[in-house]
Amino acid sequence: MSGTFAPRPGAASLPRQVLAQARTEARLMLRNGEQLLLAVVIPVIVLVGAVAGSERVGLELDASAVDTFAPGVLALAVMSTAFTSLAIATGFERRYGVIKWLGSSPLPRSGLLAGKVLALLLVELLQLLVLGGTALALGWDPVVSGASVLGALLVGVLGTAAFAAIGLLVAGTLRAEATLAAANLVYLLLMAGGAVVLPASAYGGFGEVAQWLPSGALGEGMRAALVDGAVQVTSLVALGAWALVGTVLTARTFQWE
Amino acid sequence: MHDDHEPAVVVDALEMRYGAKRAVDGLSLTVARGSITAVLGPNGAGKTTTLETCEGYRRPQRGTVRVLGLDPQADRRALLPRIGVMLQSGGAWSGIRAEEMLRHAASLHAHPLPHELLVERLGLADCGRTPYRRLSGGQQQRLGLACALVGRPELVFVDEPTAGMDPQARRTTWELLEELRADGVTVVLTTHYMDEAERLADTIHIIDRGRLIATGSPVELTRGGSVSTIRLVVTSPFPPDAPQSLTAALGPGTTVTVLDALSLLVTGPADASTLARVSRWCEEQGVLPESLSLGTRTLEDVFLELTGRGLGDEPGSPDPQRDGALA
Repeated sequence: MSGTFAPRPGAASLPRQVLAQARTEARLMLRNGEQLLLAVVIPVIVLVGAVAGSERVGLELDASAVDTFAPGVLALAVMSTAFTSLAIATGFERRYGVIKWLGSSPLPRSGLLAGKVLALLLVELLQLLVLGGTALALGWDPVVSGASVLGALLVGVLGTAAFAAIGLLVAGTLRAEATLAAANLVYLLLMAGGAVVLPASAYGGFGEVAQWLPSGALGEGMRAALVDGAVQVTSLVALGAWALVGTVLTARTFQWE
Repeated sequence: MHDDHEPAVVVDALEMRYGAKRAVDGLSLTVARGSITAVLGPNGAGKTTTLETCEGYRRPQRGTVRVLGLDPQADRRALLPRIGVMLQSGGAWSGIRAEEMLRHAASLHAHPLPHELLVERLGLADCGRTPYRRLSGGQQQRLGLACALVGRPELVFVDEPTAGMDPQARRTTWELLEELRADGVTVVLTTHYMDEAERLADTIHIIDRGRLIATGSPVELTRGGSVSTIRLVVTSPFPPDAPQSLTAALGPGTTVTVLDALSLLVTGPADASTLARVSRWCEEQGVLPESLSLGTRTLEDVFLELTGRGLGDEPGSPDPQRDGALA
C-alpha cells in the first residue's frame, strides 16, 4: 500500500520517548504560573525573608543566617517540585485523560514514570541555579567537600523520591481538586512546622518528631551536608523509608483514570 | 509478518460487567482488515467498553479479544505501537498548545507523519499555538484524531470522532477517514450518528444493551433503502392494542413500531392502499392523524425495529441525523 497514511508503525526508542516525555512535562511545569510560584518565587522570598528577619528577631543559630537557611530553602524547593507540583500536575493529568491516552501510546508506564522523574530533576536543577545564585549573592558560604556534595546529592535524590512517591499517592487516589487542595495545604504545613527551612532544634520538643518527617529529614540532611560537611545517615534512612512506604502504597492504590 | 486475510479485530463472546450492570453481554464481532467498521448504538450500549477492551485498557471478564492477531493485555507492548487511539474526550494536558501535543505524540513513534501535514489536513493551522483548554470541542476532537494518526498505525480506534463538530469539520473528518481506508489503514469507529455510519462504513455492527443485534453493510441493513416507511403522528394517544390491531388491518409484510404515545412507524410497502388502510384504521380507532409521512427505510428505522427505541438521545447534543431522516 502507498499513500500519505500508508501504515508504517513503530515505537521510538525508549530513551527517546522518556526524553520527549520529560521535556514536555518540564516545559508545561515551567510555563504554569502557579507552579513557578511554588518552584522559585516562594523559595526566594522565604530565603530573603528568613535571612533578613532572623537578624531582627535575633534567632540563635549555630551558623550565619544565610548558611543555615540556604540549605533549608533548597530542601523546600525539592519539596515544592517533587511533592506539590508533581501531585497537582499528575492529578490533572488523570482528570483530563492524559495518562489514559498515554496508556494507548507506545510509552510504557515505566517510561512515563522515568519521564516524570527526569522532568522533576530538570526543574530542580533550575531551582538550584536560581536559589543557589540568590543565596551566594546574600553571602552564602557552603562547605564544599566530597562529603558535603555527596551528602547533599543523596539527600536531594532520596528526598525527591520520598516526596514524589507521596505526591503520586495523593494524586493517584484523590480527585484533581482535592489533590490541589491537599498538596498545597501539606506544603504550607510542612514549610511552617516541618523543620524544612528552620532547623529541627528551633522547634523545641517537637523537633525530635519533625526530624523524622520527610520534610525534617530533607532539611536536616541538607543542613548537615552544607553546613557541617557531613553525610547524615539518620536523614537518609528516614527519607529512604518514606520513599519505600510511599512507593508501595502508590503502586497498590494508583488509579490511572 | 501477519496474515492479511486474518481479521484486524476478533471479539468473541465478550462479557464485561460493572457491578450488577452488564455493559457488554456476550458480544462477538469481527473487523476486516482495511475496512471502515462502525459500531453503532445508543449511549450506554457498550460501545466504549468494547473499544477499550480492544485497546488493552480493560481485561475481558469473559470471552476473548484479539487485535492484529495479538492479545491486547498480554501483548500490549507489541500491539500499542501498531494502533492509534482517539478517546471520546480529553487525552491532552490542559495547558499544552495544539502543535506541541501533536509533536509530543509524534516523538513517541519511530516513523511519525510530518505534523505539518496533519495540521493542514485537519484544519488545525490557525489554532496551533492555542492551549488545549481554549480549543473548541471540534478542534479538540480533530487534535485527538491527529494524535491517533501521527504514528502511522495499521489500525485506528476512534470513539465518536465527530461529536461536537460543525458540518464542515464532520465532512473533512469523513474524507480523512476514507483516505485512511484507501491507504490501507483499518478504521474502527463508534458512533450514534446514523448518517455517519451509513456514509462511511463498509460494515456496521449495531449494538444495544451490550449485545450485537445486527451486522451488515449499510445497503444490506436498509435493504437498499427500497423498503418504505410511513410515520404516523396523532393528536391523542393510541389505544393500548394499537400495534396488534394496526398490523391486523394492514396484513402481512408490514411491521408496526410504536415510537411513543403519539407516533408510530409502519415499515413495509408504502403504497396508496397501505396509506388508505392506515387512515381507515385511524377512523375506526377514533384517533385524528396529525401527520402521515412517507420515507425510505433508513438505519434509524432498522434500529427502531430492532430495539423499539431511538438512537442518540444524548442530552444537550443536537443530533444532525434527526433532520431529514424521515422527511
